[in-house]
Amino acid sequence: MKPTDIKNPDYFHKVVDCQWACPAHTPVPEYIRLIAHGRYSDAYMINWKSNVFPGILGRTCDRPCEPACRRSRVEDETLVKGKKEPVAICRLKRVAADYKDDDIAIHMPKAPARNGKRIACIGGGPASLTVARDLAVLGYEIVIYDQDPKLGGFIRTQIPHFRLPESVIDEEVGYITGIGNIEFRHQRIDSMKAVLAEKYDAVFVGCGAPRGRELDVPGRQEAAANIHIGIDWLSSVSFGHTTKVGKRVIVLGGGNTAMDCCRTARRLGGEDVKVIVRSGFEEMKASPWEKEDAMGEDIPILNFLVPKEVTHEGGKITGVLFEKVRAEYDAKGRRNLVPSGEPDQHFECDDVLVAIGQENSFPWIEKDAGIEFDKWGLPKLNEATFQSTQPTVFFGGDAAFGPKNIIWAAAHGHDAAISIHKMLIGENIEERPAPGVNIVSQKMGIHEWSYDNDPTVDKRFKVPHRAKVEALKDIMAEVELGFDPELAFKEAQRCLNCDVQTVFEGKLCIECDACVDICPMDCITFTDNGEEKDVRLRLSAPAVNVSQDLYVGNDLKTGRIMVKDEDVCLHCGLCAERCPTGAWDMRKYYMEMTHAEHACRKH
Amino acid sequence: MTYITKPKLHHPSLVKNKAGYTRRDYEGAVSTLCAGCGHDSISAAIIQACYELDILPHQVAKLSGIGCSSKAPTYFVGASHGFNTVHGRMPSVMTGANLANRDLIYMGVSGDGDSASIGLGQFAHIMRRGVNMTYIVMNNGVYGLTKGQFSATADKGSISKKGVANSDESIDLVSLAILMGASFVGRSFSGDKHQLVPLIKAAMAHGGAAFLDVISPCVAFNNHAGSTKSYEYVREHNEALNRLDFIEGREEITTQYDPGTVTTVQQHDGSLLRLRKLGEDYDPSDKIAAMKRVQEGQAAGEVVTGLLYVDPTPRDLHHHLNTVAQPLNTLGTADLCPGPAALDRINASLR
Repeated sequence: MKPTDIKNPDYFHKVVDCQWACPAHTPVPEYIRLIAHGRYSDAYMINWKSNVFPGILGRTCDRPCEPACRRSRVEDETLVKGKKEPVAICRLKRVAADYKDDDIAIHMPKAPARNGKRIACIGGGPASLTVARDLAVLGYEIVIYDQDPKLGGFIRTQIPHFRLPESVIDEEVGYITGIGNIEFRHQRIDSMKAVLAEKYDAVFVGCGAPRGRELDVPGRQEAAANIHIGIDWLSSVSFGHTTKVGKRVIVLGGGNTAMDCCRTARRLGGEDVKVIVRSGFEEMKASPWEKEDAMGEDIPILNFLVPKEVTHEGGKITGVLFEKVRAEYDAKGRRNLVPSGEPDQHFECDDVLVAIGQENSFPWIEKDAGIEFDKWGLPKLNEATFQSTQPTVFFGGDAAFGPKNIIWAAAHGHDAAISIHKMLIGENIEERPAPGVNIVSQKMGIHEWSYDNDPTVDKRFKVPHRAKVEALKDIMAEVELGFDPELAFKEAQRCLNCDVQTVFEGKLCIECDACVDICPMDCITFTDNGEEKDVRLRLSAPAVNVSQDLYVGNDLKTGRIMVKDEDVCLHCGLCAERCPTGAWDMRKYYMEMTHAEHACRKH
Repeated sequence: MTYITKPKLHHPSLVKNKAGYTRRDYEGAVSTLCAGCGHDSISAAIIQACYELDILPHQVAKLSGIGCSSKAPTYFVGASHGFNTVHGRMPSVMTGANLANRDLIYMGVSGDGDSASIGLGQFAHIMRRGVNMTYIVMNNGVYGLTKGQFSATADKGSISKKGVANSDESIDLVSLAILMGASFVGRSFSGDKHQLVPLIKAAMAHGGAAFLDVISPCVAFNNHAGSTKSYEYVREHNEALNRLDFIEGREEITTQYDPGTVTTVQQHDGSLLRLRKLGEDYDPSDKIAAMKRVQEGQAAGEVVTGLLYVDPTPRDLHHHLNTVAQPLNTLGTADLCPGPAALDRINASLR
């Protein structure tokens, strides 16, 4: 094996599993430490720079960071008295938003004098808002168009207020518009050519995936009055147009929209609300915690049922008939749902909410507008620059590659903003800026580190919830109450500080084995070099997780190599503490993605 | 924030042995020895050996004297018995403990000062009495606790950290132990656990006086150029005579060896010692040859390591004294004080 090139910023970035998994690459351990220190405003600003919507995401993020969290690989069930669980990263983010100083806005940038260039953003959701934020601070004049009366897009219309209070949206949208140079036009865009005719210097399309997939079964038309498309229905609830639903409600679909629909229905008079999905319970697209929350509100989830027909009588819905199926996997592992042969099942209901997927829809982009689409109806884009076949038009968020989520929209927005800025100052947009990296030793004394290196064995703390009876009464009452500072501190202490890296300098090593002996996870081995496959099996403990790198150090006097399995390292620093020569050091690796503001500084 | 105890979290693949313990269960308190001390590696090797032998920790008695090495028992097999004796007097206490309760597994841990200087007399006698034990000397050639003066095992001519050459002859504990009648004698290096762990296992399974001289570099005072007990020097001059595979009990032998490359020695408890030859022909059961080879190595400036001498059928102190099989500390008053009639009989027999 070759010695590890720790100069490549990706190497240590990858060790910080949460940051690596985050589409926006938020420096998670850093802000968690700040929360533990009670420095909520600083923690908030790290998030604000990176993911733009800390308060919103702290409640609603899809949190790809959490399944990646190292904590869920190293916990011991008997020690933590429960199953292995990641740090509650997402909910800690909310803590930063909840407890930050009231005058947080003074830390945010203000727009400089206008540079004379104008940019249109179509759609007022998270992707457009990110583009607006990143470019407004550079002097661009931003115009955001949206069909709804307020900015926020799907954040505002699709996410029920009992999960995300509107005040949080107003606040965080306000931080962006507060920068200046951003104009919001409450106007539905019906023609791309008309937009292009306005001679904007660039156009960003962040209009989401606004069309809910239809249910195509007999009876759909006849019972249309009581069958609602989920996202449209949620939007209507959000704006107060819909305030009631029948007592018996069936929600079709297994994604997060379905979860929002069923929980909203429970608050609008639905007493017997069920979610019915085609797939198995495990394969549902909804996040596990959203399923849990739904079931916690007495909503059963029935699986392997495919809707066959909507039954109705006298123009009024009576129920839905389902065919029972089971999953069969072919040789390639692809799943097919085949009839189980059991009798069809009929469920009575007063209303049906259809949440079986979303589709992109660009009826307003004319065929001759210079923007090409692929066979799935998605725009043809450069995946790194988000540029369409019309060079001044960029796409991001759900409009780019189909429905994803808020954090992806923010990440897309940052990248598109870089492209737009580079294009408008005449640089090659395909040259992407490198991240900003700072790596500093944390050693304070012989046995002292500037971070809390003693890992706790606490199990994940639960976020307190409002009592169910109360929560179901009021659609505006937020269910999750958030961690209080004390709980937040305890949860923050579960973080292993994976960004404090173990850095090895072979030339200093005397091969005394002190690090090998002290390592609680048996991560370190001094051994003869060989092929990675073989080396992985002859370490102090076998390194079976091949998605995690081996750190290889050389320059040892015996000609052996030092191999550290990054997989389960606790970053406790004991290797460095027991090292007599300083061959090991614990260094904090702070990595920040470069946004448009700094993207073009070559010096 | 400072000096944390070793986290309880452990590698997910950690497995329990037949005694129901993981390797981590055989650890002790976190070491307070200097970072990089060879003694910590020896402690780790003892932990590994006890884990692999499925030893019940409460059946182990660790005894030590005074010095850096003698602090070490705190850092391994925490759930066992321990005794820190007066300087150099560990052998007497261990002999007494062994007489009182022959069922425990005795481990003596000492240093070059504790065993070769103040305790040299005690060292010689425990070997010649054949106390059933594993006696490990963590040998670094200096007095670490008093800032690095030469100890009695420092080689003549080796240079101190301050640059002064040692003018005294060194005491070779290996030669002394063989001479004094120890029935299992080996030498190893703290930086080579592949060699050390099987040696410790075999010594613990040995039914007599087992002695291991383990070179253990003192990072603070004896790891410089000119030292003959530094990591670098020992690695360069290490002359391993054999590689030991310790095979417990009557388990099936799965490793294949080329004919003529292996010597097998069966110990009294049935355990097998398989010695893989490294280069020269060496017969560790030949006491005279062993002494000769060790002395030759010494003269040539080699650090001769491996299993140097073993008597596969050792006799221990209890055998010499013809004591009962039951530990003396479990005998009742009736057995220990059989009464005036028995005394009369004994007195009569002496008249």
